[in-house]
Amino acid sequence: MSSNVGIVIVSHSPKVAEGAADMVRQMVGDEVQVAWTGGNPAGGLGTSVPAIMSAIDHAWSEAGVAILVDLGGAETNSEMAIEMLPDERQGKVVVCNAPIVEGAVIAATEAASGAPLALVKKIAEELSPQ
Amino acid sequence: MDSALLRQLIERVCQAVIARADHLTDLDQAIGDGDHGVNMKRGCEAVLAEIDGTAAKSLPEAMRAIGTQLVMTVGGASGPLYGTLFLTLGKELPAEPDLPAVAKAVKAALAAVQARGKSERGQKTLLDVLGPVSDTLSTGSFGSLTELSIVANQAAAATVPLQATRGRASFLGERSIGHMDPGACSLALIVETLVATLEGLNK
Repeated sequence: MSSNVGIVIVSHSPKVAEGAADMVRQMVGDEVQVAWTGGNPAGGLGTSVPAIMSAIDHAWSEAGVAILVDLGGAETNSEMAIEMLPDERQGKVVVCNAPIVEGAVIAATEAASGAPLALVKKIAEELSPQ
Repeated sequence: MDSALLRQLIERVCQAVIARADHLTDLDQAIGDGDHGVNMKRGCEAVLAEIDGTAAKSLPEAMRAIGTQLVMTVGGASGPLYGTLFLTLGKELPAEPDLPAVAKAVKAALAAVQARGKSERGQKTLLDVLGPVSDTLSTGSFGSLTELSIVANQAAAATVPLQATRGRASFLGERSIGHMDPGACSLALIVETLVATLEGLNK
């Protein structure tokens, strides 16, 4: 387990999520755990709470996990997934209000430098129009 | 609550949503991403698959179980929204609720769904039905349960001229005007079915 903040990418499309994760790995390397999930519980376009919970588990680090999302339901389902985690983990997972691809790369770059979760989130969110 | 009644309510609501899934999907194709009917159908099928265990629970535990089942299976934005609604009812309802207890629980569910969706009434969402239903329950200003059903359906119809400012439909801007919100429609259907089932018992 890396001591750096982990990154989870949640898209409606598994292809988008996997592609964004590939970009992160290529640009940032293996110093950051990256997990991705896409698709609804039936395998169509959408997002799935149990799949997001398992991605969080996969990217887990005691330093926390930053989630990058695409559209509406991905954010709502990610927030729901966080609330369903064990109490001791809930406070260590955040959803970043940032573009999914650029946000994931920037967040992972920041995480790779050992930045704490709050800073990873802040830097990723600087990409969003204020 | 009697477990046979609980079972009947769950069954009727799920069957009603499943039967109207295509209509919900049509509404969602007009202004959303076209998955509301399919998603709700999948959730209701999951609830029906677990109905033996759920109906044997107390009312609040059953609501929590349904909320969790919806969260885990619906996907889309409606999964966490409906999931939060039922999880909150499960937290708030006593095992044998009277009308004020139901009103209080629904009011809490309204606040929780509002927070989950970071949304308010008037944005063309299921809150535009949940809000009026909650208000009516709280004021007790209805002669019969059927009136509650009318309130829900009128509230759903009132989403037609609204412009969506939340959710996927908001991307359409003014083009979202002229269509009923799918979430408002499914919630009105749920209220209508609950009322019809309860009224059927009194006849």
